[in-house]
Amino acid sequence: MTSSVRIFFLGGLTSYRALFSWLSPWVLVPTFVLGPIFQILFFAYVGRSAGVGSDSFFLIGNAVQYASIPCLFAMGNTIDGERYSHTLGLLLVSPARRTPLFLGRALPVIVNGFVVSLFALVVGAVVLGVKLPLASLPLLAFVVAVSAFACTGLGLVTAALALRVRETATLSNLVFGMLLIFCGVNVPLSALPGWMAAVAGWLPLTHGIAAARELAAGAPFSAVARTVGAEAGVGAIYLVIGLVLLRFLEIESRRRATLELA
Amino acid sequence: MSVLRLLGLGWWLQLKMRSRSAFDGALAIVYPLFFATSVFLIYRQSASSTALVAAAVGASVMGVWSAVATTASTSLQNERRQGTLELLVGAPRPFALIVVPITLSMATIGLYSLVATLVWGRLVFGIEVSFVHPLTFALACVVTALGVAVMGFVLAVSAVRYRSAWALGSALELPIWLTCGFLVPLSILPDWVRPVSWLVPVTWGVSAIKAAALGGQPWPGIAMCLGVAAGYALLGTLLARRMVDSARTHATLALT
Repeated sequence: MTSSVRIFFLGGLTSYRALFSWLSPWVLVPTFVLGPIFQILFFAYVGRSAGVGSDSFFLIGNAVQYASIPCLFAMGNTIDGERYSHTLGLLLVSPARRTPLFLGRALPVIVNGFVVSLFALVVGAVVLGVKLPLASLPLLAFVVAVSAFACTGLGLVTAALALRVRETATLSNLVFGMLLIFCGVNVPLSALPGWMAAVAGWLPLTHGIAAARELAAGAPFSAVARTVGAEAGVGAIYLVIGLVLLRFLEIESRRRATLELA
Repeated sequence: MSVLRLLGLGWWLQLKMRSRSAFDGALAIVYPLFFATSVFLIYRQSASSTALVAAAVGASVMGVWSAVATTASTSLQNERRQGTLELLVGAPRPFALIVVPITLSMATIGLYSLVATLVWGRLVFGIEVSFVHPLTFALACVVTALGVAVMGFVLAVSAVRYRSAWALGSALELPIWLTCGFLVPLSILPDWVRPVSWLVPVTWGVSAIKAAALGGQPWPGIAMCLGVAAGYALLGTLLARRMVDSARTHATLALT
């Protein structure tokens, strides 16, 4: 038990700190500061140009969706980064229990996604002149945290696929794009084709974005509790799928001797 | 003549190398399509069908810049990583003539994306672009790709000392989409943005492409795109010379 807790916290922290090629202001500022702000501005201005939606709509959709950048890429890197530095084999022959090992790596990523998304929300609101009700801010922060958790669940699935796919960053880019289109980020679900809206319900961020928009419009938490619960539920499902897939592909890669080949 | 041969052969070699990874090639086409699809879905809610067609043309050019922004900024880092940067610098040709074909090949892949976006818009969203001046449209696309390639060249030589150059290139993708008239008319952006946009070749290229496709005067845009791109080429050449001289003097060619 003690060793699992240790692996969860210390292993997770060490793994996050090992992303040293990311943890530099030269990467963090363009990626996590400028990136989300310009995505928000781009779609807000496209909306203005098309005469569709409001600044608030695009602000919330894109700020919450941008949590997917750290959540997908950093989780994908938990496998790909280990392979790149030739430590994947060492990690997987260790007797550490896999659940705390990988969930521990997810925790700092959730915090990272949460901070990036919240920062984008606040700065984007200032730049676009969107007034968010002060009372809604703590609840918005909570919804953003749940969304970051859900997206990290999906990130764990992409991390598992990294045991079979070489270009993890490419894969994460593709997943990022799918989330951009399907999750109601820039287009209300009601304006999407029925099948897309149906798929969206099973993706992370969809419910989080919907809940955040309602809160920003002044709804009480009780009105969005079920939606937030759905977001957490979707995240939990992906987390379990990710852990199962990691286990399965780890066994497969040992059996086929493909650990370093993917 | 030998300069053209060098540019042509270099471009063809780089294009073949870039076409090796199907996964990366697919990403270069598919990634801008995600943004284009979002844009189509936004404009589809608008009552104006003309706006949707204009958006399709603007969105199609996004992929050209997308194919160059990040990859160009890391191109010299990649040469360094492969151990070929010294060979390129040591070649008996100006360094600029070696680098331009690299970014030109990236912009060529961006042209695939341009076509893919127009086809995607037609097949999935039923957006029919009836090109007013088809030949001029094709020329404007090539000139725009050239302008983007030269922007990539400047980015490549500017970022050669920047270890995380990919992050810089990636961060420049959306600002250029936003401020160069791809989808958002310059008139609705803050006043101070316009003069900045005029200094970017792709602003004029996009304007020419839109004029050729939707009706208007494409030739001033084509001329301005070429003119501004020539300025960038000069700037890039001077920068490249200075960077190479500095790296040779300080023996930092192999270092970041």
